[in-house]
Amino acid sequence: MGNVLTIILQRLALGFLTLLIVSVVIFVAVNLLPGDFAQSILGQGATPESVAAIRRDLGLDQPLVTRYFNWLGGALQGDFGSSFAQASFANFTGSASGSGSVAQQIAPRFANTMFLAAVTAAIAVPFAVFLGVLAALYRNSIFDRATNFFTLSSISSPEFFLAYILILFLAVLNPILPSVSNIYNGMPLGERLEKSLLPALTLTLVVTAHMMRMTRAAIINLLASPYIEMARLKGVSPMRVIVRHALPNALAPIINVIAINLAYLITGVVVVEVVFVYPGIGQLFVDSVKFRDIPVVQACCLIFAAAYILLNLTADIMSILSNPRLRHPK
Amino acid sequence: MTQEPLLKIRGIQIEGRSDETWTPIIKGVNLTLQRGQVMGLIGESGAGKSTLGLAAMGYTRDGVRISGGTVEFDGIDLLKASANVKRDLLGKRIAYVAQSAAASFNPAHRLIDQHIEGPVQHGLSGRKESAEDGVALYRKLRLPNPEEIGFRYPHQVSGGQLQRAMTAMAMSCRPDLIIFDEPTTALDVTTQIEVLSAIRDIVAQYNTAAIYITHDLAVVAQMADRIKVLLKGEEVETAETRTMLDAPTQQYTKSLWAVRSFERPTKPAVQTGAVPLVSVRNVDAAYGKEKVLHDVSFDMFAGRTMAVVGESGSGKSTTARCITGLLPPSAGQILFDGTALPADYRKRSKDQLRQVQMIYQMADTALNPRMSIGQIIARPVQFYLGLTGKAKRRRVDALLEQIELEPSEYFHRLPSELSGGQKQRIGIARALAAEPRFIICDEVTSALDQLVAEGILRLLARLQDELSLAYMFITHDLATVKAIADEVVVMKDGRVVEQGPKDEMFSPPHHAYTDLLLSSVPQMDPDWLSKLLAERGVDNIGDAAVNKM
Repeated sequence: MGNVLTIILQRLALGFLTLLIVSVVIFVAVNLLPGDFAQSILGQGATPESVAAIRRDLGLDQPLVTRYFNWLGGALQGDFGSSFAQASFANFTGSASGSGSVAQQIAPRFANTMFLAAVTAAIAVPFAVFLGVLAALYRNSIFDRATNFFTLSSISSPEFFLAYILILFLAVLNPILPSVSNIYNGMPLGERLEKSLLPALTLTLVVTAHMMRMTRAAIINLLASPYIEMARLKGVSPMRVIVRHALPNALAPIINVIAINLAYLITGVVVVEVVFVYPGIGQLFVDSVKFRDIPVVQACCLIFAAAYILLNLTADIMSILSNPRLRHPK
Repeated sequence: MTQEPLLKIRGIQIEGRSDETWTPIIKGVNLTLQRGQVMGLIGESGAGKSTLGLAAMGYTRDGVRISGGTVEFDGIDLLKASANVKRDLLGKRIAYVAQSAAASFNPAHRLIDQHIEGPVQHGLSGRKESAEDGVALYRKLRLPNPEEIGFRYPHQVSGGQLQRAMTAMAMSCRPDLIIFDEPTTALDVTTQIEVLSAIRDIVAQYNTAAIYITHDLAVVAQMADRIKVLLKGEEVETAETRTMLDAPTQQYTKSLWAVRSFERPTKPAVQTGAVPLVSVRNVDAAYGKEKVLHDVSFDMFAGRTMAVVGESGSGKSTTARCITGLLPPSAGQILFDGTALPADYRKRSKDQLRQVQMIYQMADTALNPRMSIGQIIARPVQFYLGLTGKAKRRRVDALLEQIELEPSEYFHRLPSELSGGQKQRIGIARALAAEPRFIICDEVTSALDQLVAEGILRLLARLQDELSLAYMFITHDLATVKAIADEVVVMKDGRVVEQGPKDEMFSPPHHAYTDLLLSSVPQMDPDWLSKLLAERGVDNIGDAAVNKM
């Protein structure tokens, strides 16, 4: 087991290093964006002096390297700085400062996004793996073809289109579910679940195809193995051959595809959020880019990167653990 | 014996698909097996032995179909039976033991869980009882630590033990019939004996009928009551084992029997004071921290063959890697013609590299599948000798003629269009192309059928006489040693345990380990295994198994 622990620690260290490199990329890229917060907030009334004043207030006159390390130092302590937009509104209205920290702004949105991702994953992952197993079992049958057809069509259609179709059938023609997912703090869980269900179903349609097809392919890939032939020659039922003999050996690629899709659920759902008016991190991100609210953009990017890295890391570790050679060394 | 036979195959025809067309693999074979009888199926690769064995279970692999005939097991027509009926028979009344136990055990589950799957799924007994029965079977098959070995994963158990565990698994439902598909082919001779005796005892004890598939005549002679010889999907002859061994009626069977008769005349001893062509001096080597060679020394002379024998893991191939410079020794030297070679091949001159060439065991993987035969052989011709254009072509043609392949016919072919023996010949031509004085042959015949292997050995012998080559011949097959070697080195656990001229090695007194190796080589005598076991005593074999842990 010591062996496995070393591998996990190595991966963690590597993941952290990756995150650090990504932070540089994010910082540089965001700062290369055309436009300037001071310009965009002052609009027509921008005089060189007022622009310079705002830039000085926000620390934008410092050199890039200094700003990066200030930001990184803060980020490491959980302080992502103050939102430009919130800070300036605070200035203009003269109200107490401190309410505009990026962390405060992002936290509830991020929690919402994670909630939606969790609901979707709880539906999509078992559904996709189950479909994949069935498709492998009845490979090349009508069922297999139909499954492939529907999952591929749903992944190929634009997300908003799927969303509207679901709204049409589940909210308008048969008013079962609410079409607007306006979630707020302190909402009871049941209601929250009900409101999130339509966006979660839409996202399920989007992510199922990958996972289902990988499950099917990984299992079918193993069906020519001698130990599968052995299982068949022992008179084991076809379903058991797949679930008990093929699936445990096919886990590694399946886990990896699941991880990538989960990361997508955290980082790539802005369209669905907009359609259902769901207050997630995607909308916040897009708004911040629009206002050139650099600290929020950077923090969002960093969270997205961390989500990708962490999920892939988890997938790596779980694939390693799924290998009995590593779990039980000689 | 008027009782109904257990298995009755009549006029079975099996086809395999290649490039959208169906070509026959088995052309109307009959097979009748009584209860408790062991039938040996023998033939070269491609004869259709495994296909026929699986067809006896009503099973075909992907891309194979049964196009005619009947398979009747205990009155049930397996070809007409529904999938459920067949599934109920498989594992329960007909079981299968595959060639590679390592590949045929599921890597994700413990041995005992795989063992009990049959009885539990077929509803014969509960998990607990069948696990207890599994331990009992492990004990009967003389597996070390029968109580605990079931809790291991396949990768934690050695090949010989896995093969016995698989036999135990096949026995788990006490079937009426077991198909053994080359169960000892991948094992060392010493391990093979343990598995053979274990299989033979358990089959006799439960009066199980068996089909024993192999290409090794001596093995089948120990195991089978009757032998059926197959050639290209057709039956050559069938007879009682003793009748078949003493008086085969068909020419093909006789030729199979005659293979082991090839033996080169003994050469005069090396003159004292002659300079060895290659001299391995006190070589130690290690993979990382694990030391695998200990003080290995032996000399090889021009025009002579040194056979290096030992079980897998004894350090034979590692020694070859040291000589070629692929694995620089941690101590000691390799001398070529009296001068020391640099330890690392990257530090050797092109001429030094040219002198030492290799021929590999798996010709399939040693030849680039995307290059034509002409390109494969031309590459060293150009690299080492600097020949180009017409001179290069002439040299390649000459090499092809040397290995007895018609140049115009083979020059543009791809390796995939050649048979196993022809591919190995290309491997030889590629080694010769560098015009070396020393060639390492690493198990070059062990993947080949006996008739083909004999052709390769004869070719190598002829080339040695013509070109005065020195061979280092790595093998675990003592019959091959007998046929071709001048001197022999016996290795065990990275050490040389005995060395000397062939005749000395094959006549007593032997080193204890050499003796074990020599006595473990199966003989054609059907009583050989019984006599050997009586000599050694069964306990002795159990001990040997424990020592292998």
